Amino acid sequence: MPDFSLITQYGDRFWDGTLITLKLVFLSSIIGLMIALPLALARSSKKRRYWIPAYSYIYFFRGTPLLIQLFILYYGLGQFPMITESFLWPVLGDAEWCGLIGLTLNTAAYTAEILRGGIRAIPRGEIEAAKAFGMSWGLMQRRIVLPRALRIAWPAYGNEVILLLKGSALVSTITVWDLMGETRSVFSRTYALEIFLYAAIIYFLLTFVLTRVFNLIEKRINRYLVCY
Amino acid sequence: MFEYLSYGDTGFGDELLAGTLLTLELALVSLAVGIFLGLITAAAKLSQNRFYRTLAHLYTEVVRGIPEMLVVLVVFFGASVLIQIVATWFDYNEYIEVNAFVAGVFALGLVFGAFSSEVFRGAFLAVPKGQLEAAVACGMSNWQVFHRIRLPQMWRFAIPGLGNLWMVLLKDTSLISIIALDELLRWSKVAAETSKQPFTFYIAAAAIYLFLTILSDLVRNYFEAKANRGIAPHA
Repeated sequence: MPDFSLITQYGDRFWDGTLITLKLVFLSSIIGLMIALPLALARSSKKRRYWIPAYSYIYFFRGTPLLIQLFILYYGLGQFPMITESFLWPVLGDAEWCGLIGLTLNTAAYTAEILRGGIRAIPRGEIEAAKAFGMSWGLMQRRIVLPRALRIAWPAYGNEVILLLKGSALVSTITVWDLMGETRSVFSRTYALEIFLYAAIIYFLLTFVLTRVFNLIEKRINRYLVCY
Repeated sequence: MFEYLSYGDTGFGDELLAGTLLTLELALVSLAVGIFLGLITAAAKLSQNRFYRTLAHLYTEVVRGIPEMLVVLVVFFGASVLIQIVATWFDYNEYIEVNAFVAGVFALGLVFGAFSSEVFRGAFLAVPKGQLEAAVACGMSNWQVFHRIRLPQMWRFAIPGLGNLWMVLLKDTSLISIIALDELLRWSKVAAETSKQPFTFYIAAAAIYLFLTILSDLVRNYFEAKANRGIAPHA
């Protein structure tokens, strides 16, 4: 029989952890998107000095596990006195900051690749029309390319944010007290398996709500299209 | 800095290699288990039986909605509690530790199965209906239609999706270091702590993973080209 007294006893720790998880996912998805926009443009560029650095960044972050990226940031950077003694250390020596930076850099790479797909899927005629109107490159990106790409890529971007939410559990390994961190700590104290069940329910609800929110926004940003 | 990475007693090169091999072994065995689970789940989703369909969708939705790390922990600790309970039935009260490799394979296989079932289902439905009708018209039995027409063409549609899932699986093997399996990341951690060179070793682990990713990319391209032979390329 599940022991519900665990909920009353550790409920506030689950709540605190959930808030940290939400904060990390919210901030890293927004900052990640802001990094991903120029990154996707650079990746789609024909000029080598743009696409090669963007491609390398994306390949590294998509080709290695997030867990290792977090370890490099949090444990790895401490190897260099140049960093531990610099003004950056209050940020880079802090677990939560490292978690945020790691998640942001990681999701930026995936999001850039998703946006690139969106950019490539824009009908050619729309680009040609923008050029025919005499739009400069910057104006065209701002008014036509990026808004269109974001709309096309929106469902895939929603998936990425879900993956980000699930990936955020990994920050518990670098001592961040997110939902997973609290869960593991409570479990190691009680050895009650239902602790994992409660965590699973919370994560499941979060992904469920996020999916709905993304669907609503999708309807909203596409409402000018006839078929919607 | 590089003497730490050397092979033999002075460096951790041989440990990292052993860890890499275990990582690969873990990934490949999980892949086999995951494909098996994925095929069964896809069959259940496509079946006429409502109970099987509901069960399959429930499994996929639950696994997709919770973090992989949680799946790993639940399988590892859940299995040890279960075994403990079974053991007490037989009056065996010593502590039994679950093998981390087996738990890892099970957890990663469970995750892969949930995601790949959608890939298989999509591939199954992607085979053009006209071809199947033609096969029936030629007098083929259900089984003949399946293994002569549907199965060979399913792979063509499934390979890109499976390739992506393999990449995810490969990277997720690093999670098994949490339950103390001596795979690549675990050895890197040990080496980082003993040598006080965490950056060196985590970058080395990242480089090895990157190498495995590039290798997988090449293998996927080969399989994709092979599965698509005889198909006109898209304009």
